[in-house]
Amino acid sequence: MELIFSTLINGLSLGGIYAMIALGYTMVYGIAKLLNFAHGDIIMVGGYLIYVFMATNNPLLAIFMAVIGCVILGICVEKIAYKPLRGASPLAVLITAIGVSNLLQSLAQIIFGSAPKMATVYDFGIVKLFGATIQISSLVTLVVAFAVMTALTLFVKFTRLGRAMIAVSEDRSAAQLMGINVNSIITVTFAIGSALAALAGLFYLLKAPSISSTLGAMPGIKAFTAAVIGGIGSIPGAMLGGILLGMIESISYKITAIAPYTDAIEFSILILILLVRPTGFLGKKRREKV
Amino acid sequence: MAEYILETKDLGISFGGLKAAQNVNLKIKKNQIYGLIGPNGAGKTTIFNLLTCVYKPTTGTFFLDGEEIKRMSPDKINLKGIARTFQNIRLFNNMTVVRNVMVGLSNRPEYKCTILESALRLPRHFKVEREMREKAKELLRIFDLEQERNALACNLPYGKQRKLEIARALATNPKILLLDEPAAGMNPHETEDLAKTIRFIRDHFDMTVLLIEHDMNFVSDLCDEITVLNFGTVLAEGHTRTVLQDPEVIKAYIGG
Repeated sequence: MELIFSTLINGLSLGGIYAMIALGYTMVYGIAKLLNFAHGDIIMVGGYLIYVFMATNNPLLAIFMAVIGCVILGICVEKIAYKPLRGASPLAVLITAIGVSNLLQSLAQIIFGSAPKMATVYDFGIVKLFGATIQISSLVTLVVAFAVMTALTLFVKFTRLGRAMIAVSEDRSAAQLMGINVNSIITVTFAIGSALAALAGLFYLLKAPSISSTLGAMPGIKAFTAAVIGGIGSIPGAMLGGILLGMIESISYKITAIAPYTDAIEFSILILILLVRPTGFLGKKRREKV
Repeated sequence: MAEYILETKDLGISFGGLKAAQNVNLKIKKNQIYGLIGPNGAGKTTIFNLLTCVYKPTTGTFFLDGEEIKRMSPDKINLKGIARTFQNIRLFNNMTVVRNVMVGLSNRPEYKCTILESALRLPRHFKVEREMREKAKELLRIFDLEQERNALACNLPYGKQRKLEIARALATNPKILLLDEPAAGMNPHETEDLAKTIRFIRDHFDMTVLLIEHDMNFVSDLCDEITVLNFGTVLAEGHTRTVLQDPEVIKAYIGG
């Protein structure tokens, strides 16, 4: 019972983190039709920003600055690296994204060195719930992640800007001919995605207070997997995929025999799901015209 | 107030060596229903793409309500007052009918609402949302689509999808409405109904309509004036009945 409960909480909080990162991938893909492989590295930048601003000993200020910094970075990356390539072949954009990712990682190494830095944001401690020992930070992560996802869903459904975002993802040029400024919608999308990535960076630091230039690499790939499982381009899909992946990871870690193979299991599941449902769970089915 | 709401001067575009349109001069008066006809590949949709700034003209220019339109992005030209529908329907398929129209409404100044107002859910946000929804319903009523307002656009039957596209374009509050084959795929009854609706829009919204159509009964019944295109150039223009009896036009359509 305790085991089930703690696995559930860990899975949901990890899933919440994956979902938040996956949302960045999926929204950018849906709206700008590009796979932003530098997205994971925004998490790392968020982590370092928190580390830098923790010098003030004010966690809230550090979080605020990390979110603002990542939003600015995300917008700059879009304007400098991706915007000139609008209309270019998807392959050129993909290579650029990998280049941006390398650039951010290398810059971080030059500035902060290759040794991991320690950044304890806040020690929430632990709590006993139903006999299980739970990190309070996991509960905080879970609550914040779900609150953010709810807010985002409401934003997309019930605001002018949100509707415009969906319209652009459905048919970019038709939306443009309805008076929607596609460039500013793409900017907003990158801003939202980067803010979510900064929060994900915070949650990683809450889980383990060590940060290096490759912090974002693995979560980035995993969240991308989550986005694909859920159906890339679909917002509820990214949430579903993220939570599913978090649960799988959390369960797999608890079973000693398979724990070392957790990553392999996750990616195998991706392959299996894509074999059965190439568009992911909630992805758009493409109807081929004959 | 210019003499013509839309006027093109020697408008033309080439794709490589292919002159898709050349020296096209249209003069459309306010409140007219104006037809653009011609055989397949004559350059009709190309003209629409030029007028909505999807393509940049190689030669010539055009004026909207007396103002010369220079290089501009398609969203800006929409704000200036040109809205269109598409030959192959391009709705936001996975959005509901009413939301499709609300996207069209969203750039009208009266529904502007800052990000902050939306994010903080200030009263203005809810007021604007409510007003937009009401306005959208009002537009849908004209097209007899109010019952289906919560259906997904892709689940509407074909004829209704065409109507929804017109409603969405109309929602952007244009000065001139470009309709690309609005009656395509409709049965005679639906076509007749559509002609009535287009007249109603002209009268009710004080609208000018430029339409591409192959259904000659529809065109002669509805259009005040027409221009016939063939191989990218103007073959004939003038009052609908006169032009449709022109031997050159008949030859271009039926083949000589």
